[in-house]
Amino acid sequence: MMNYELESNDMDQELKIELGKQGIFVTTIEDLYNWGRRSSVWPMQFGLACCAIEMIATTMARYDLARFGAEVFRPSPRQADLMIVSGTVTKKMAPQVVRLYNQMAEPRYVIAMGACAISGGPFKQGYNVLKGIDRYIPVDVHIPGCPPRPEALIQAFITLQEKIDGQHLTGPDRPRYLDANAQGEFPVPERGEHDLEPTSNQGVWPVQIQGLRD
Amino acid sequence: MTSSPYFSLAVLFVAALGFGLAPLGLAWLWARAFSPPKPNPIKNAIYECGLVSKGDAWVQFRSAYYLYGIIFLIFDVEAVFLLPFAVAFTGLGAAACAAMLVFVLLLVEGLAWAWAKGVLTWV
Ligand code: SF4
Repeated sequence: MMNYELESNDMDQELKIELGKQGIFVTTIEDLYNWGRRSSVWPMQFGLACCAIEMIATTMARYDLARFGAEVFRPSPRQADLMIVSGTVTKKMAPQVVRLYNQMAEPRYVIAMGACAISGGPFKQGYNVLKGIDRYIPVDVHIPGCPPRPEALIQAFITLQEKIDGQHLTGPDRPRYLDANAQGEFPVPERGEHDLEPTSNQGVWPVQIQGLRD
Repeated sequence: MTSSPYFSLAVLFVAALGFGLAPLGLAWLWARAFSPPKPNPIKNAIYECGLVSKGDAWVQFRSAYYLYGIIFLIFDVEAVFLLPFAVAFTGLGAAACAAMLVFVLLLVEGLAWAWAKGVLTWV
């Protein structure tokens, strides 16, 4: 089955389209799986700051995230697939965010929404603001903006769906969660005397961090 | 055996069982092949809005609330009786008024009794 699947993955797109014209629908387990997953990405229900208001607006009737299968915001990380980090991550909040990410079931995805979640945004110079959530957890899509408009969040979501579509079930380039040996735990930082300890997760953020304002 | 009147039932039973078990089996196979479990202490911890939970999730709650519930219900039903009484109040005689007073006092007595028994004290 495995070999067959790999082969059919390589089946060129043209043949697929040609068969489609003849009324024959061909697919692979991988395509079906990815289609199912990308069409039901349930975000986790939490917001951190002003960006969350835009996130809420995205789910409401005007922008209607439900069109993409993501209207079900889950109040528990156990049922959520997507973490939208919408807003300023303070150093007090960062451990909670990382812990929630850890408690989500695989496969899990992260969208860093807004300048704050990416880099600290307008508060980058603040001693109490984490300069980007990607210091602790792997982020799939970054959306700049302060705040990003709902359209931007939808675009980030579609980008994530494209990413899911391109993931392989097997092979060396399969995503982390399909790899039994890949890291599944992302250490939760603790509040130290001056800063979070550790200041970053070297596994996802290899850059050295010098000072508090770095 | 095929002549047994229960034969078709048995076939249906097996089919129904397969209908239920096959998706479970497929899901199990899929999980074996493609979703390596990655448990770790943080992931398996009790979910508490992102904070570290204190103590166990399997705690006992007092069930004494049902007493409040019952007492509330009695007075709720009393209000249902009082409302039409109040609406028709001007057209009623002294007898009706006395009957209503007795009714209310009976309930108040019940409340006083529950109060004296210490039901209203939350422990
Ligand atoms: S990026 Fe701007 S809008 Fe979003 S949380 Fe930060 S300050 Fe607020």
